[in-house]
Amino acid sequence: MALPYDSTPKFGDYAHPEKIVSTEWVAAHLDDPGLVVAESDEDVLLYETGHIPGAVKLDWHTELNDPVTRDYVDGAGFAKLMSEKGISRDTTLVLYGDKNNWWAAYALWVCSLFGHPDVRLMDGGRAKWIAEGRPVSTEAPKRPEADYPVVDRDDQQIRAFQDQVLDHLGQPMIDVRSPGEYTGELLHMPDYPQEGALRGGHIPGARNIPWARAAAEDATFRTRAELEAIYQGEAGLSPEDDVVVYCRIGERSSHTWFVLQHLLGYPYVRNYDGSWTEWGNSVRVPITRGDSP
Amino acid sequence: MTPQPVSGAALNPRLQEIVEDFAAVPDKDRLQLLLEYSQDLPALPERYAAHRDLLEPVPECQTPLFLAVEVGPDSAVHLFFEAPAEAPTTRGFAAILHGGLDGLDADEVLAVPAEFTTQLGLQDLVSPLRLRGMAAMLARIKRQVRARRG
Repeated sequence: MALPYDSTPKFGDYAHPEKIVSTEWVAAHLDDPGLVVAESDEDVLLYETGHIPGAVKLDWHTELNDPVTRDYVDGAGFAKLMSEKGISRDTTLVLYGDKNNWWAAYALWVCSLFGHPDVRLMDGGRAKWIAEGRPVSTEAPKRPEADYPVVDRDDQQIRAFQDQVLDHLGQPMIDVRSPGEYTGELLHMPDYPQEGALRGGHIPGARNIPWARAAAEDATFRTRAELEAIYQGEAGLSPEDDVVVYCRIGERSSHTWFVLQHLLGYPYVRNYDGSWTEWGNSVRVPITRGDSP
Repeated sequence: MTPQPVSGAALNPRLQEIVEDFAAVPDKDRLQLLLEYSQDLPALPERYAAHRDLLEPVPECQTPLFLAVEVGPDSAVHLFFEAPAEAPTTRGFAAILHGGLDGLDADEVLAVPAEFTTQLGLQDLVSPLRLRGMAAMLARIKRQVRARRG
């Protein structure tokens, strides 16, 4: 049974308030059967330093990725992972993490590829929970293993591949990296090898809205009105647009995907997880340098 | 000219001990060991805490890490690191390098094989990207040692 939604007024303004809960809500429901809280961080050890009591750890890199092919786990791999964490198909899964929920949003996007019916983000993530002085625990939770069914991954709805992005040129695209990565200047740093891209710049036509602009100082998401001002006002998107978002490997852009899809309710948003580490290394794909789209 | 370390070169005894510590525990406890290292990273001394501009950033790490390297008249290398508490993995890597290298002779530091970071058995636990951050720390330390030794 899905847990009740969080009736926090701010969330009521979002297109899909059922995708987000507050720290208060998590604190109140922590012991409810049917809820699993999972922490997903950039830093692989942060969970071990203390986490929401009872929360399981979900590591994006070592658990959600295929260890050999550059891809996510398949249906069987996902079922095994979820089962081990004590997550069933009908579990209400609440994700939270460090860095404005950067990695938690990525984990949520991967769970969405498998169509997990009820997966939500905790607004403000780990930083807000800790800032509020709420309890943390270093104790590893003991959850009985669940029986998660094998569900095929659906790469059609919310994921874009390079050839699809080539076909998409000329249509709305958001590059969520930092301005230096967007213009291409970061590849000019002397002496130091950069992470993986041979060419700098951005995909022609993409507008630059760094992902973290969707978050307020306290790591919570900005209000719907503020988000509309950024993505509709500044970036010129319309809710009915077919939008592709990307970053370096698809993690920061998952955060923006979440904002566009669930908070603003855009039905057609795809995350290009190959992102710049694929595009910037590909032969003969078009690239734009500088700060104009 | 310092001879370049060759693949498979022996580690200095202190690094060797750290590698053995990591090898001695099963996978699931290895992260815990890294966490313990992270908790032992010494704080910055006042002369750096008050002058953060003297620290070199290591952008290859996924979280902010800064380091400083000193080479004394006796050729002993001293290392200083700063990384936020919310970055225990990066702090753990820094603590391993501090524990393994601080106080060694410049030649001994330069002789550490670049692939040392892969000998800790952490690849499958912390991802290659994160380990690359540690390799970058080592490369930057060596670069500074070369520059400062004159």
